[in-house]
Amino acid sequence: MKRILVGIKRVVDYNVRIRVRPDGSGVVTDGVKMSINPFDEIALEEALRIKERGGAEEVLIATIGPADCQAQLRTGLAMGADRALHVQADGVIEPLVAARALLKLIEREQPFLVIVGKQAIDDDNSQTGPMLAALWNRPQVTFASKVELLDGKARVTREVDVGLETLEVDLPALVTTDLRLNEPRYVKLPDIMKAKKKPLETLALASLGVEARQGLKLVKFDPPAQRQKGVRVKDAAELVDALKKKGLL
Amino acid sequence: MGVKVLIVAEHDGSKLNASTAKSVTCARGIPDAQITIAVCARDAAAVAAEAAQLVGVHSVIKVEHAANEHALAAILAPQIAAVAADYTHVLGPSTTFGKDVMPRIAALLDTAQISDIMAVESATRFRRPIYAGNAIVTVEIDPARKIVGTVRTASFEAAATGGSASIESASVQVELPTHTRFVSVSAAKSDRPDLQTAARVVSGGRALGSAEGFKILYSLADKLGAAVGASRAAVDAGYAPNELQVGQTGKIIAPELYVAIGISGAIQHLTGIKDARTIVAINKDAEAPIFEVADIGLVGDLFQIVPELERLIG
Ligand SMILES: Cc1cc2nc3c(=O)[nH]c(=O)nc-3n(C[C@H](O)[C@H](O)[C@H](O)COP(=O)(O)OP(=O)(O)OC[C@H]3O[C@@H](n4cnc5c(N)ncnc54)[C@H](O)[C@@H]3O)c2cc1C
Ligand SMILES: Nc1ncnc2c1ncn2[C@@H]1O[C@H](COP(=O)(O)O)[C@@H](O)[C@H]1O
Repeated sequence: MKRILVGIKRVVDYNVRIRVRPDGSGVVTDGVKMSINPFDEIALEEALRIKERGGAEEVLIATIGPADCQAQLRTGLAMGADRALHVQADGVIEPLVAARALLKLIEREQPFLVIVGKQAIDDDNSQTGPMLAALWNRPQVTFASKVELLDGKARVTREVDVGLETLEVDLPALVTTDLRLNEPRYVKLPDIMKAKKKPLETLALASLGVEARQGLKLVKFDPPAQRQKGVRVKDAAELVDALKKKGLL
Repeated sequence: MGVKVLIVAEHDGSKLNASTAKSVTCARGIPDAQITIAVCARDAAAVAAEAAQLVGVHSVIKVEHAANEHALAAILAPQIAAVAADYTHVLGPSTTFGKDVMPRIAALLDTAQISDIMAVESATRFRRPIYAGNAIVTVEIDPARKIVGTVRTASFEAAATGGSASIESASVQVELPTHTRFVSVSAAKSDRPDLQTAARVVSGGRALGSAEGFKILYSLADKLGAAVGASRAAVDAGYAPNELQVGQTGKIIAPELYVAIGISGAIQHLTGIKDARTIVAINKDAEAPIFEVADIGLVGDLFQIVPELERLIG
């Protein structure tokens, strides 16, 4: 079966104002809204479009995390994924661990394409995709803004610092999504009902033979430095004066 | 083995990217570090000569191969991983180049990566921003493994030139994959300063209304000798090309002067400009969040203010 695997991470919604706990032990996450990482929604949307064009037969979504993550998998199923895999794991899951677990799922499911986000907006690590591609020993195309599937190959355009770069890779391959790849669809109510009946399988991380090793100790969390309060000027002329005073003009 | 830091050079085949000199400054913050720069290229001579001039660099190694003509992560990573055997740390810039290749190297070395290093506290302890810069975490890594990291270039000044490091050639015996091929790159040719390193940046948002509307920013930028930036909304709408996006998922910059015009100041945008020395905001909404971070704020209609500003600057 021609299958696409999509990585889904549950993260604090991008609209939530993040606060650091006063004791520096982390950020406040109790009671805040959680969502699918925005780049993973884009990843899933791309997979669905490929399937709708006849380029794939099944879209599989997977997450590694605690039981709560199933809510985001259900949302993914409502968006249109066919099947979900939940790798149950508590505590910090670093990108290398997520990549190891995803590799096990790849070995089991044999997808021809794996799509993950370019970064998770909580830890802003931007690591999992390239790590997974390395462990899998397959091509990676990061920061994709256009994906074209050809016979046994993919031609992918990526957003890089100088502009747009296009690579051609042999399949199977891994792609990470950038913001302009597509605009994810909205979930409709009837789809949420239907999603409840779609298969969601739970596996233990240890049963995959993956250890939740933590390579980085999180010593402490601080709020960022605050900027000094600025001044208001009333028109362009005052602005020019203010810039001159600062030696900027 | 003492502290030996390998820096993966970013370059375009003929010139070193400024992100490398910034990575050197980060590496110099690691106590007693001996710094080596690796230049992977088809012909690394010119770039290696430039890298050897960076103050604080002990040596430069050329990793030359026909397959290194373009910087493809799947091809560079195994070569760097092989060279890394002799080092305690491997660093690269947190640019699209570094974000692509460094995690691939880390995985080959079976180690976690520290992304976006903004401060060095010791050889094993670093600070980095998370949640779009709304929290800073201090991390400690086990020195038993290689320490791989990307450097948040906006947090470091470029290392000065005037040094004279030795230049050697490395012979790397690894099999390189053929599954990834470069097709093309379209880089906008511009005489304006580069957004990532410019001392001044004029940036526009959704309020500019069209690619045509954006032209008033280019004109102001030229008067100021500034680079042009954009919010995500402006890029998504097609008013500006993607490489101009500033923010959490665009470029993180630290100019002397940042002028935000018709940009509301969403968290994701502010992440990209936190280290700007002076932020100027022009917005018709006095309540726009951009004013919370602006050093100088001007409430008004940009279509009136920008042309006037340009005229006053002369
Ligand atoms: C995962 C994710 C990643 C993101 N990454 C980024 C990123 O890297 N960079 C980024 O910028 N955004 C990013 N965003 C988007 C961000 O949340 C905002 O949507 C975006 O920054 C808004 O752009 P804007 O300020 O141009 O538009 P708006 O928020 O629409 O603001 C337009 C502003 O223009 C003002 N205005 C309108 N007309 C005039 C006038 N005539 N004169 C003066 N002022 C006027 C308005 O008062 C308003 O404040 C990201 C979002 C997500 C979900
Ligand atoms: N725990 C996880 N479960 C599933 N996918 C993940 C997980 N962590 C990361 N990913 C995927 O990898 C991408 C990049 O994450 P990161 O490397 O953490 O920035 C995310 O957008 C996801 O697609």
